[in-house]
Amino acid sequence: MSILVQPDTKVLVQGITGGFGGRHARLSLDYGTQVVAGVTPGKRGQFFEHNGAKVPVFDTVAEAAAETGATASAVFVPPAFAGDAILEGVAAELDLVVCVTEGIPIHDMTRVKRAMSACRIKTRLIGPNCPGIVTPGAGEHSHGGCRIGIAPGYIHRQGHIGVVSRSGTLTYEAVWQLTCRGVGQSTCVGIGGDPVNGSSHLDIIKLFNDDPDTHGIIMIGEIGGSAEEEAAAWIKENCRKPVAGFIAGTTAPPGRRMGHAGAIVSGGKGTAAAKIEAFREAGIGVAETPSVMAETLLQMM
Amino acid sequence: MNIHEYQAKELLRSRGVAVPPGEVVGTPTEARSAAKTLLHGGAKRLVLKAQIHAGGRGKGTFSNGFQGGVKLTESADAIEEFARQMIGNTLVTKQTGPEGRLVRRLMVAEAPKIERELYLAVLLDRATSRPVVMASTEGGMDIEEVAAKTPEKIVRLTVDPAFGLQPHEARRIAAALDLGGPLLNAAVKLLLAVYRTWWECDASLVEINPLCVIATAEGGRDLWAVDAKIGIDDNALFRHPDIHAMRDEEEESPLEVEASRFELNYIKLDGTIACLVNGAGLAMATMDIIKHFGGEPANFLDVGGGATVEQVTAAFRIIMKDPGVRAILVNIFGGIMDCDVIAQGIVAAVKETGLSLPLVVRLEGNNVEAGKRTLADSGLTIISGDTMADAAEKVVKAVAE
Repeated sequence: MSILVQPDTKVLVQGITGGFGGRHARLSLDYGTQVVAGVTPGKRGQFFEHNGAKVPVFDTVAEAAAETGATASAVFVPPAFAGDAILEGVAAELDLVVCVTEGIPIHDMTRVKRAMSACRIKTRLIGPNCPGIVTPGAGEHSHGGCRIGIAPGYIHRQGHIGVVSRSGTLTYEAVWQLTCRGVGQSTCVGIGGDPVNGSSHLDIIKLFNDDPDTHGIIMIGEIGGSAEEEAAAWIKENCRKPVAGFIAGTTAPPGRRMGHAGAIVSGGKGTAAAKIEAFREAGIGVAETPSVMAETLLQMM
Repeated sequence: MNIHEYQAKELLRSRGVAVPPGEVVGTPTEARSAAKTLLHGGAKRLVLKAQIHAGGRGKGTFSNGFQGGVKLTESADAIEEFARQMIGNTLVTKQTGPEGRLVRRLMVAEAPKIERELYLAVLLDRATSRPVVMASTEGGMDIEEVAAKTPEKIVRLTVDPAFGLQPHEARRIAAALDLGGPLLNAAVKLLLAVYRTWWECDASLVEINPLCVIATAEGGRDLWAVDAKIGIDDNALFRHPDIHAMRDEEEESPLEVEASRFELNYIKLDGTIACLVNGAGLAMATMDIIKHFGGEPANFLDVGGGATVEQVTAAFRIIMKDPGVRAILVNIFGGIMDCDVIAQGIVAAVKETGLSLPLVVRLEGNNVEAGKRTLADSGLTIISGDTMADAAEKVVKAVAE
């Protein structure tokens, strides 16, 4: 098993006819993911074709979901329109919306979060500004899995480690370290580097904790905010599985945004030192360098 | 993006926040004439403030030895003389670093009779993903100091972004600041306008410190934003061309400005080992691992997920303009990107820039064998690192030699 998505999850792609969305829709199809629909307003009736696959394009998410049974969406819509695209997926009552888009205005995301805080909202949002989700498949190079977003599929291997991270390339680094040691992953989730995002470290950790097929967790954080501390506090009291972690940004100067909109130490808050301390306090294995993330977890198991 | 005090005050004033009457000037003569106008208009006292993107101006020192980037006086002659000392000189404050900032513009404004100094800010509360209004009776001081020493003197009010700050909420904040009687209405009007500024301008921060209760000429009291700082969300600049035009590149590090033209995320630091990495998280982690093995990173540099040869070349050029750099570490996890394309980019960049510093490259991912072969066959002296740790150790060793 896995969390959030399974190999048979039906996925639609918002922005499938754009260069970026189209490229990753093809890579997902190559990986064996069930990409069943695309959405681009005004292009209803067209088909997105790749290696014999013919994916129908719709004007709206609601229509695409109703026609194809898609329950999850990947959003590749430009920043100015991405907040609205997320809410379209929410209004269509999808189970999951994964927003890859980087550069969404923060005020737009506060409105999206506000709209999603209403009761009876069933959709979970991952991202924005994130690499997405991979649940590896059973095939060669994990083929046949569910890949929503932009992560390289082939670096994965089906197995029992859950990975959650704000950063894309650091996720790949951790996954590759596991795969090279012959250790597979249940699901890998990139929650994104923005200050306002759909799911937190803690949201994902809770899912891993409840997933019988996840036996250990790697949590990768970075400077800024206090989401890592909150996750650590919960882990200390509730988590039944070994957790190893790494925090990026020990050397980051205060007051500067380190690439990610959310990666900033401001007013002495959100430092790497405080987060690492919270990890230790919670019994989370701290990787001293990003080279030993997998090793740190495997030593605990 | 940060903007100047005078720009922040204009954004606030145009939305109904009272700010001291004043003018921005670029020469001592202009300063004098602005001062005369204000004195003629009834101002009793004036203030001259250096306009740079850094705090601590009042206690700063100029390159010519002149003390203080904020000066109070009652005469136009003095304003002109102070302006002469400030304009064209570099001001060093605790926030600028030792290199300081060149002062090119000054604000001449009325200095009101201040009865109380308060603090007010609107910012994003990451824990709730909602705006929060922070206010304190302890204005004019560093708010972080207030938060550390007397946290009970700070009130926080989380705002529902669907509705914005409501008048009854503004009244609560006003009451907490002990702004009663005739000042209550002024406070509510100001609070709503400050929140509106935060929202309409896509600000990441609006900070008014101090917000002052002042004595008016007519014997009454009023509320003025005596100093103001606004930061704007870079992601939203596309819908604010007027605010985007306020960007002052002179306030940014020249290398960072150049990097931004190539859509590279570059932040200059003080170390000797430059790094070039794809992905923000990996770039931070690369700096950390350099430090872990005893080196000092010279920069943060994220070339992004889909870096082109042009970007990689530009990145090398920018790195090499930093005179402190003694070695370079390239760390690429090419998940989707073809490592061979990246390797070709590195080889082209090294040849074009005539790089002579030690270069350590760690490539991992898609088509990595071909990439490593390209580097090996290039005839260039490139040290190859197998893992991040291996590469970091090698680059630290290269600098030590």
